Amino acid sequence: MSTTTLERPVRTVATRVERPEPPSALSASLTLGWRSVLKIRRIPEQLFDVTFQPVIFILMFVYLFGGAISGDTTQYLQFVLPGILVQTVVMASLYTGISLNTDIGKGIFDRFRSLPIWRPAALVGALLADSIRYVVAAVVCLAVGMAMGFRPDGGVLDVVAACLLVLVFAFSLSWVFAFLGLTMRSAGAVQGVSMLAMFPLTFASNVFVDPSTMPGWLRAWVDVNPVSHLVTAVRGLMSGSPQAGDIGWALIGCAVLVAVFAPLTVRAYRRKS
Amino acid sequence: MPTLAIEANGLVKSFGENRAVDGVDLAVRAGTVYGVLGPNGAGKTTTVRMLTTLLRPDGGSARVLGRDVVDDADEVRRFIGLTGQYASVDEDLTGTENLVLQSRLVGLSRTRSKQRAAELLESFDLTEAANRPVKHFSGGMRRRIDLAASIVVTPDVLFLDEPTTGLDPRSRGQVWDIVRDLVAGGTTVLLTTQYLDEADQLADRIAVIDRGTVIAEGTSADLKASVGRNSLHLRLADDTQRDLAERLVAQMLDTTPHRTTEAAVITAPVADPDAVADLMIRLRAEGVGIDEIGVQRPSLDEVFLTLTGHAADDTPHDTERSAA
Repeated sequence: MSTTTLERPVRTVATRVERPEPPSALSASLTLGWRSVLKIRRIPEQLFDVTFQPVIFILMFVYLFGGAISGDTTQYLQFVLPGILVQTVVMASLYTGISLNTDIGKGIFDRFRSLPIWRPAALVGALLADSIRYVVAAVVCLAVGMAMGFRPDGGVLDVVAACLLVLVFAFSLSWVFAFLGLTMRSAGAVQGVSMLAMFPLTFASNVFVDPSTMPGWLRAWVDVNPVSHLVTAVRGLMSGSPQAGDIGWALIGCAVLVAVFAPLTVRAYRRKS
Repeated sequence: MPTLAIEANGLVKSFGENRAVDGVDLAVRAGTVYGVLGPNGAGKTTTVRMLTTLLRPDGGSARVLGRDVVDDADEVRRFIGLTGQYASVDEDLTGTENLVLQSRLVGLSRTRSKQRAAELLESFDLTEAANRPVKHFSGGMRRRIDLAASIVVTPDVLFLDEPTTGLDPRSRGQVWDIVRDLVAGGTTVLLTTQYLDEADQLADRIAVIDRGTVIAEGTSADLKASVGRNSLHLRLADDTQRDLAERLVAQMLDTTPHRTTEAAVITAPVADPDAVADLMIRLRAEGVGIDEIGVQRPSLDEVFLTLTGHAADDTPHDTERSAA
């Protein structure tokens, strides 16, 4: 049998490199977050859903439906932009589940799981890197909106606070999709189920229209839908009249999502075989 | 360091109805190469996944360097390296990025990680591909980067799950050299393989595994001896003398020689090696010229066939992919 040797001798392999202390939880999470950022740089197409998609939504809703809904596109833009910002970021959180599922399918997670690192680091790292996508989405929505004539009456601080609130919500919601990503068989299945959940969350809300014309049963859902509270809170902040109640409800929604799904996700991750 | 680097007692893992691993026992001495040999679906990958803490056994226990793979999983992870179909690198990242990532995750500093990545790329002959995404690597390069990623710090125990499956002979040779080099540095290696010659070449001891259980264990010589029957391998100087030579072999060894695809080569089972000496004298007396003669022990292929009743590549069961 062939015992070909490398052209260059294998020298440094045999040099013993002692194993240092394992990295801290934070360091491991940041390193794995860095990996996801590198992947965004390598495959920028994965930013389509936070760049082109919101532009199309804003143009479509404002110019196509705006006149019919509000009688005036400028007025409708003022109403719908905070909603589309929320919708875009919330939809972007779905990607977390798909990318996790793809990673597991490719086996790279087995490598991570065989390392002496804080176990949820891979999850936290991925979720942190996804925050970058959310920021891109928020900036694109605001830039396009303002170019079209959207004027937030609230100050810069209020707008930043509104964006932060949306980010926190998306981070919380992404645990749900991370859970689906870990438990479903294929990336396609994750996408299918997530989209199914996404439509009632984003469309059956006050994102696009005032719910007062909706039938009672639907309004009942819209009223408890955390996305509605988030949209109202963001509208409030951007128009310079923040509503403590809605901000509170949105944050409570976040807390509930994390409290339920973070432990479930970490458990699914530990058990993943 | 305990003398046993890996010990497994009655490991069991089922996936639904399918008992993928059904009572596997292993004892691997520190500083040696241990081969786990078996066809697809025999339970090799599942066994490795349990030993590397990725999969919880349904029954039995296993210790790596004296630490239990379930109770002291975190401890075990500090001492092992793993390379396999399911523990690979990130295809979208470059060779350098993957190795830096891996180095950072085992706790090396930023500077040291970059340095170590460059060192490994250099010694694995991957420097030119350092800034190319791994998905554009050839099969051999891909396996070398996988291996490099599992030795950014020197593991005490390295698990290699089918390290050369699908590689061309030259790339296989390169992987073998790397393994030998690591063992020379004191690392214990457990490798799974479907290739009998790979186990023969690398492993100090071999466990033959089929349908989730170890059906034979020992050195490659032990396994061959357990099958018995040496065989004569005779190459004639002149293949026109074949008929005469065959007749003499049949007569002197009291057996039926096998016809081979090469006209000048005759093989025959040998019960008594002394008879071969008599045969050689007789061949000389009859004027039959010999190019090459030897008595060989059976190949591991023959061992596998004898032990399992089916050939190594004859796999009627599910693959491990679907089982896992």
